Amino acid sequence: MTIREEQVLERISRARNRKARLREDAITLAHGSGGKATHTLIEAVFREAFGNPLLDRLDDSARFTVNGADLAFTTDSYVVSPLFFPGGDIGDLAVNGTVNDLAVSGAIPLHLSAGFILEEGFPVADLRRITESMQRAADAAGVDIVTGDTKVVERGKADGCYINTAGVGVVQSPPTGEVRPGDAVLVTGPIGEHGVTIMLARGELDIEADLVSDTAPLNCLLADLMCSCPGAVRRMRDATRGGVATVLNELAADAGAAVVVEEDAIPVRPAVRGACELLGIDPMYVACEGRAVVVVAPEASEAALASLRSHPLGAESAVIGRVKDDPPGTVLLKTAFGGTRIVDLLVGDPLPRIC
Amino acid sequence: MRFVDEYRDAERARALAASIASMCEPGRHYKFMEVCGGHTHTIYKHGLEDYLPEGVSLVHGPGCPVCVIPMGRVDDAIHIASKPDVILATFGDMMRVPGGSGSFFDAKAAGADIRMVYSPLDALKIAERNPSRRVVFMGIGFETTAPSTAMTVLRAAAAGVENFSVFCNHVTILPAIKAILDSPDLRLDGFLGPGHVSTVIGCGPYSFITDDYGKPLVVAGFEPLDLLQSVHMLLAQLASGRSEVENQYGRVVPWEGNPKALEVIARTMELRPYFEWRGLGFISHSALRMRDEYAAFDAERIFEIPGGRVADPKACQCGEVLKGVLKPWECKVFGTACTPETPIGTCMVSSEGACAAYYNFGRFTRERVKEATR
Repeated sequence: MTIREEQVLERISRARNRKARLREDAITLAHGSGGKATHTLIEAVFREAFGNPLLDRLDDSARFTVNGADLAFTTDSYVVSPLFFPGGDIGDLAVNGTVNDLAVSGAIPLHLSAGFILEEGFPVADLRRITESMQRAADAAGVDIVTGDTKVVERGKADGCYINTAGVGVVQSPPTGEVRPGDAVLVTGPIGEHGVTIMLARGELDIEADLVSDTAPLNCLLADLMCSCPGAVRRMRDATRGGVATVLNELAADAGAAVVVEEDAIPVRPAVRGACELLGIDPMYVACEGRAVVVVAPEASEAALASLRSHPLGAESAVIGRVKDDPPGTVLLKTAFGGTRIVDLLVGDPLPRIC
Repeated sequence: MRFVDEYRDAERARALAASIASMCEPGRHYKFMEVCGGHTHTIYKHGLEDYLPEGVSLVHGPGCPVCVIPMGRVDDAIHIASKPDVILATFGDMMRVPGGSGSFFDAKAAGADIRMVYSPLDALKIAERNPSRRVVFMGIGFETTAPSTAMTVLRAAAAGVENFSVFCNHVTILPAIKAILDSPDLRLDGFLGPGHVSTVIGCGPYSFITDDYGKPLVVAGFEPLDLLQSVHMLLAQLASGRSEVENQYGRVVPWEGNPKALEVIARTMELRPYFEWRGLGFISHSALRMRDEYAAFDAERIFEIPGGRVADPKACQCGEVLKGVLKPWECKVFGTACTPETPIGTCMVSSEGACAAYYNFGRFTRERVKEATR
């Protein structure tokens, strides 16, 4: 390594830390990918307009206190295509997604809202199927859907059905929030199943695999974890759009630390690996809808793993890596082959409308 | 995963790496070019350079299909795609390649109907399903992808699909390698030959490299152990003073290539007198166009194409990177003005591009990475 190369690398790291600037004049699909373009859009448009201390934390939920009660509040919209897929549909996805955003904030989810944007001509039978699935998911998560809204747009102005859900929960035992070198990084199950399932369900790829979406409510799993490792859970994130890689990058950036993960330790089902290999995509970037990334104190890693594995939704949990101090803001992967590489935020969208 | 994990075995890699280290003459520096962008991707994805001794460096070659498309051709494609009755079908890699006035992504956001496909046959299907639209497939790539474009044209002709055409940007690898060998500012010790191209053209056509230029070439596979073994084979040739074409990728590449694939290319396409390569300039007989007999499927004849030449941005040094004269990080704008989000040059766009691969996978000094992963 020459001194010149180090200077160049230094220059790059300064350039990367500059404030994001939105260069595009129009929204592209990349702005919805959850990757770099989404971050830029949030920084340059939404935070610019709405910036306030609660929003600026950019957590999965906003947390605030009302009359002494510690509350979490979140919202999410669902535009998945197709609406029905192996293992779930847009309905349970919309409930589980919001439940999980609350759960990873350390909140017990209480009440959800549901807003529907329906296209003229959408079959009522399909809408019933979706609402029944939502109620089943709400029952499973122990929440009620207590308010809602319906809008209908002309044929061709929406793709069947879009759903927005919002949720409130009461925070009981929040993660400490501070990620430190030495901490263990866990994932609560095999990654990438939802994304690959959706990809195959679109039927454009002539690939068949025995796969179902991992969509599931994580509130019980994560509440149990908080109980069994009091004070030792630093951060929890659900690995949706952008997959585990994106979550790890956000954790590394927030903590100003490195996250070093081992490819061999990351659970990936053979069908997911195979499909990703064929399509030239990395399972680390593929969305999950029922998996969380959890950071715990070093001494709690075994207890955390045991707690997660004792729950059916966490039976295949694994410790996938550690937090280190250098290089800050970076995710490094030790490859199964024995080399190392960076796992960066993804540019562009491998697959729009995954959730 | 069977038939994949065997070629990613860390233990075998360590043994091979030790043997490679022992074959290097002390003090000598070996520079091998991996011609194909797929190899560049493998090298970074698996962290292969961690296994190579200091004396061996890999130089990234010109074999990244989207990296060599000049800006003018991107503009031409956008011009076609912007017609209201046109659907442009393209491989996803092309979406972010910058033209003189934006990329396919920008054109799509501005209203052009541009769709990503995994195969030209998918583009033909789109044409069959949309008889009132004209569907243009953006044909890019080397001899690897040209046969499937050719086959699709033959199928379209046989099925009488009249609303399908190809905007042909297929290029051939040998003139590019020759241009690199003739470039005065580069010293190479040998080549890792492009495995997928060789499945089509075979191993024979590389003999001018070994015979006229005296450089050994090993046709290499795409798994990390394939590449390590190929480096080993190159070093063995150099140690015994040989310069031959060898085939490491025998499980996939027959020596004589695929005559049937060559035949369908020859039936539908012919060499252009010259073609512009991004960064490398005009190279004669280096690209393919549709033959007169298939003019009905040739987007260049169906549509009026501006055909303008757009000079590469001044700051961009993609040409030097594609020739292997510069390492990606040695380019003036690497990582600052030119990043994967805001690429100036094509090498920063595709995951097979040398700059994008280096930026995404290898941005830190080996020492820092080693310390962190210890």
